[in-house]
Amino acid sequence: MTQLKSPEELDNYRQTLSSGRDANMPCISICAGTGCLAYGAAEVIGAFKAEIEKQGLTAKVDTKGTGCPGYCEKGPVVVIYPEEICYLGVMPEDVPEIITQTIVGKKVVDRLVYSDPDSGEKAIHEADIPYYKHQKRFLLSSNTLIDSRSIDDYLLINGYSALSKALFQMTAEEVVDEVKKSKLRGRGGGGFPTGRKWEGSREAPGEVKYVLVNADEGDPGAFMDRALLEGNPHSILEGLIIGGYAIGAHEGYIYVRQEYPLAVENIKLAIEQAEEYGLLGKDILGSGFDFTVKVHQGAGAFVCGESTALMTALEGRAGEPRPKYVRSNVKGLWNRPSVLNNVETWANVPLIINRGADWFTQYGTQGSKGTKIFSLVGKITNTGLVEVPMGITLRDIIYKIGGGIPGGKKFKAIQTGGPSGGCIPETLLDLEVGFDELTEAGSMMGSGGMIVMDEDTCMVDVARYFIHFLADESCGKCVPCREGLRQMDRILKKITEGRGEEGDTKTLEELSELAIDASLCALGKSAPNPLLSTLRYFKDEYEAHIKEKRCPALSCKELISYYIDPEKCLACLACMRKCPVDGISGGKNRIHVIDQEKCTSCGTCLDVCPAKFDAVVKYSGEPVPPPIPEEKRTIDRKKKK
Amino acid sequence: MSKKIHLQIDGRDIEAEEGMTVLEAAHSAGIKIPTLCFHHELEPWGGCRLCMVELEFGDWTRLVVSCVYLVEEGLVVKTRSLKVDKTRKGILELLLAHAPDSPQLTALAEEYGADRNRFEQDASFCIHCGLCVRYCAEVAEKHALGFIDRGIRKEISFIPEIAAKECNDCKGCFPLCPTSYLQAAFVLVESLAFPRNGK
Repeated sequence: MTQLKSPEELDNYRQTLSSGRDANMPCISICAGTGCLAYGAAEVIGAFKAEIEKQGLTAKVDTKGTGCPGYCEKGPVVVIYPEEICYLGVMPEDVPEIITQTIVGKKVVDRLVYSDPDSGEKAIHEADIPYYKHQKRFLLSSNTLIDSRSIDDYLLINGYSALSKALFQMTAEEVVDEVKKSKLRGRGGGGFPTGRKWEGSREAPGEVKYVLVNADEGDPGAFMDRALLEGNPHSILEGLIIGGYAIGAHEGYIYVRQEYPLAVENIKLAIEQAEEYGLLGKDILGSGFDFTVKVHQGAGAFVCGESTALMTALEGRAGEPRPKYVRSNVKGLWNRPSVLNNVETWANVPLIINRGADWFTQYGTQGSKGTKIFSLVGKITNTGLVEVPMGITLRDIIYKIGGGIPGGKKFKAIQTGGPSGGCIPETLLDLEVGFDELTEAGSMMGSGGMIVMDEDTCMVDVARYFIHFLADESCGKCVPCREGLRQMDRILKKITEGRGEEGDTKTLEELSELAIDASLCALGKSAPNPLLSTLRYFKDEYEAHIKEKRCPALSCKELISYYIDPEKCLACLACMRKCPVDGISGGKNRIHVIDQEKCTSCGTCLDVCPAKFDAVVKYSGEPVPPPIPEEKRTIDRKKKK
Repeated sequence: MSKKIHLQIDGRDIEAEEGMTVLEAAHSAGIKIPTLCFHHELEPWGGCRLCMVELEFGDWTRLVVSCVYLVEEGLVVKTRSLKVDKTRKGILELLLAHAPDSPQLTALAEEYGADRNRFEQDASFCIHCGLCVRYCAEVAEKHALGFIDRGIRKEISFIPEIAAKECNDCKGCFPLCPTSYLQAAFVLVESLAFPRNGK
């Protein structure tokens, strides 16, 4: 490949690529994102290739391993173009049928398309599946169209046209203005207006400036940035180069967590390809603008997602936030003006430059424009990535897209914003999703984690889990965060173990106030959110734990007892055999009884009791009924039937 | 001559030099602000948060760490207020759980009404002020000790290879430690890793 030396050469090359490809040639795109790979997508891809060869179709059919389309619940996901037939949960054994029926016979394989769990109604195309229907996928939709490792594929969907436009049709100020006008706010959590951040850096004194990508996605259960980096790395790269041009930076860094090997591999490959094509390096497209990018792998510290800690880590020191009251867009990496944006923010930039700020601002609310990707996980029917316009209600995300709560359980709360986000209760489900709206509700947008919880989740335990996570991930530099979280973790543990005392919640509130007021960085300042939001909306659960030593969700191990209902037990021996402490007595035709002295509340009996008997029940806050007398334990089979 | 900055601290008009921190400006005017991790020979670190003061901007206020916040023209600073005292009390109570008998902490505890038994005690003594680590790096330039691990597991640790060579002739960090834990840590590493009398 010779380097492209002008926008015309880029357009011509794109033209050549496009005329070299037959738009009607069938293309099988198989998700090769992490979730689908775990389901066995690699084997599915292999099976497609083998079957195509076997049927002699190699020249007539294209196959692609693509990025994540988001519907992880139903992986591996396969989309067949040009008809856009969407097959879900495809296994290698389904492959010959797909080739014979769909590719050769142009017929749909009914059993592999989406089927509504209630009505049984089928949906063949992505756009008709309820999970996708209510989304607006500007960022994620490209994932299934391209081979994430092919720059040509990216060019074919108009890739790098925004870069060309910025470099040749816009001044750097105009680029900054366009981003400002779009009202794009940082997708990493802070929600700071991106354009203003850029402007600050552009105007800051200094010859050397930097643009940085925060790809240190550390929230448990979040994988938005991962999907973008793995699936469409060039879109982030393109955004970054445009950002460099806008603020006058010639160097960029991508700080990506080491735990994302595929993302690291794909972004490195993308950089190599872009350099080869003349889209990165010296004199990009003949514009005179030079820009290079380096990848830095994080060593696995949550706090390095905090902007100044990330920069300290990039400088080669321990990832601790800086105490100084200076904005990093003025004095950041190596004390030079540095714009740090999250992966998703950068991915939005080419869209804004290409389609304009006015296009972007038509989506969203007053304060939050555009779309946002969320990773929808937890007690939800459809686990996966969703991209929705800002302003959609939580209810629509959970029920229309997420398909509600599985197993007929009742919704209890949705935790948004990662570990230092908050839990939002059912009464606020009609809340419109936006930066300010979520903050007002005691949570935050964060980078886009959404964990759905049902009635079996104990909210005190949820707070304990997140506070423990944050205590573990705190850098340990400042006292309110390190010591405050240590004590909060202790008190919460005590409460979940039934040792809570009057006054504990007040102490927790005081420690929270201290952490918010006095912590050095955003980790400590936002750490109390999971605690304060659960105290605000689920105070009754705290009180039940402290005053009645009862866990209303029947989840805290130390506060529950197991009991076998003698009316329901049919003496199948299952629980007796599996009890790890031999704490269940009984026998053939003898009702099983748990020895409460021996029981460790491990829950094995409940797990193994056949659903048709459903004999094991949990008690909390009250003693279990006394064991049924020995002489009454023999089962009268006739009577029971 | 650097530029003069005029600010108000606790109702007093103070003249400071540009680039000074609020803490330096206060100290130069004889106004006391308590500190734990601050040392005039070291870069301000902002770790203990004890030197927080309240800034007043018309009808709203903001807590900042005075050892890193730079003076600004017209700044109105309060070194004691309800909010400031409450914050300091909280910080002291958290630290007293580790070092209940540190003279420096107990004196401050008395001033701010901090209860040394507020939290479950943790016999780890070190309060992570970082004075020893930073002194060794910035003044002695030996890097004989550092922090290891992070969060609630963070602790100071001598690096035996360097400590064996450098520490006996220096010990410049010893008097800085507010809890005497440092000396204990040194004796421990000495006896385990480079016993002087051991054959």
